[in-house]
Amino acid sequence: MSRVVTLKINDQDVSGREDETILELARENGIFVPTLCHLEGLSDIGACRLCLIEIKGVPKLMPACVVRAQEGMEVYTESERLKKYRRMVIELLFVEGNHVCSVCVSNGHCELQYLAQKLGVDHIRLEYRSPKREVDASHERFVLDHNRCILCTRCVRVCGEVEGAHTWDLLGRGIQSRVITDLNQPWGDAESCTSCGKCVQVCPTGALTAKGKAVGEMTKHQGFLTTLALMRENDR
Amino acid sequence: MTRTRLATVWLDGCSGCHMSFLDIDEQLLVLADQIELVYSPLVDRKDFPEDVDVTLIEGAVSSEEDLEKIRRIRERTHILISLGDCAVTGNVPSLRNSIGAEPVLRRAYLDPTLLNPQIPNQVIPRLLPLVRPVHSVVKVDIYVPGCPPSANTILYVLTELLAGRTPDLNGKTRFGA
Repeated sequence: MSRVVTLKINDQDVSGREDETILELARENGIFVPTLCHLEGLSDIGACRLCLIEIKGVPKLMPACVVRAQEGMEVYTESERLKKYRRMVIELLFVEGNHVCSVCVSNGHCELQYLAQKLGVDHIRLEYRSPKREVDASHERFVLDHNRCILCTRCVRVCGEVEGAHTWDLLGRGIQSRVITDLNQPWGDAESCTSCGKCVQVCPTGALTAKGKAVGEMTKHQGFLTTLALMRENDR
Repeated sequence: MTRTRLATVWLDGCSGCHMSFLDIDEQLLVLADQIELVYSPLVDRKDFPEDVDVTLIEGAVSSEEDLEKIRRIRERTHILISLGDCAVTGNVPSLRNSIGAEPVLRRAYLDPTLLNPQIPNQVIPRLLPLVRPVHSVVKVDIYVPGCPPSANTILYVLTELLAGRTPDLNGKTRFGA
């Protein structure tokens, strides 16, 4: 049984269990914290850095998705410094790949596009890298477009943790990183893939989509994840 | 009352932003009383005039001509607005940036079966190696993303500017809108 702790978020008193993260507590209390790699029902990895928060007495910014609540903590989720860094994260994601919203199947349903608008990113100050990236359409029902991938690894986690197939993984380091299926084979040849489509549904952008969709037609449904997580908890 | 000198420019874009501008419909009449349209694809004037108050730029900077034009426009404009995703991000024209200009020219001029296939080397402006958003070439004052930005968004921007205010586009438009 975990203890109940009391702490402050943006000078507002909140209480929660000590095994809860600041992100969970913030959202329970209706406080907006942007995220991209986090998804309820999957493990947290603190990779996208959008949920960075300030904690009184801690000089570094911390990702809210992996910091646990502590008694007496004083947390701030909004400051000019945080806004600056969040905008920069979004801009870096936009220049790293090839994100052209107007011709994307996920236009209007994309979490990157939504957050750019929400965080006030109306132009990108950095030079676009315009990398040459591939599209894998070898799977009979789904498409992987590396141009639109932000390496959040939701696909890797949902496949390993929920479906139990572990078809997805990461290859390479730094700017060379990309998601792969099985032993870096075309997705259509990946024998471990069960074609369940969970990866497609959790992908925040148009990197993983169903075939046969035109611009703006790809809507995603992530509700299954919380339902599955709840069912498993009840089975325990 | 002196009218605001407005210009609209069409660089590498599809003219969709200009179409959206025209979609303001009857409000154009209200605007018309307050502005003087000094340069535009809708006006027959060849050279960009001096001392323009507001210029709306549609399209990315893709050719040597675009580059020359936008520099002159910047010099002669007080408030320069990047209108639409091509001007703001490079958008569709910039899709060629990962493969370069050569393959695009070959595809357009050499691949189709023509009587005398050749890549034009005169009259048509030479393509730049990279398609660039306007602000990577000259200073931009206001960004209006969208593909295209809605008529209401464009009307809002112009109405605010004519009233002497800086438009706050937060939440009103987005990339790909």
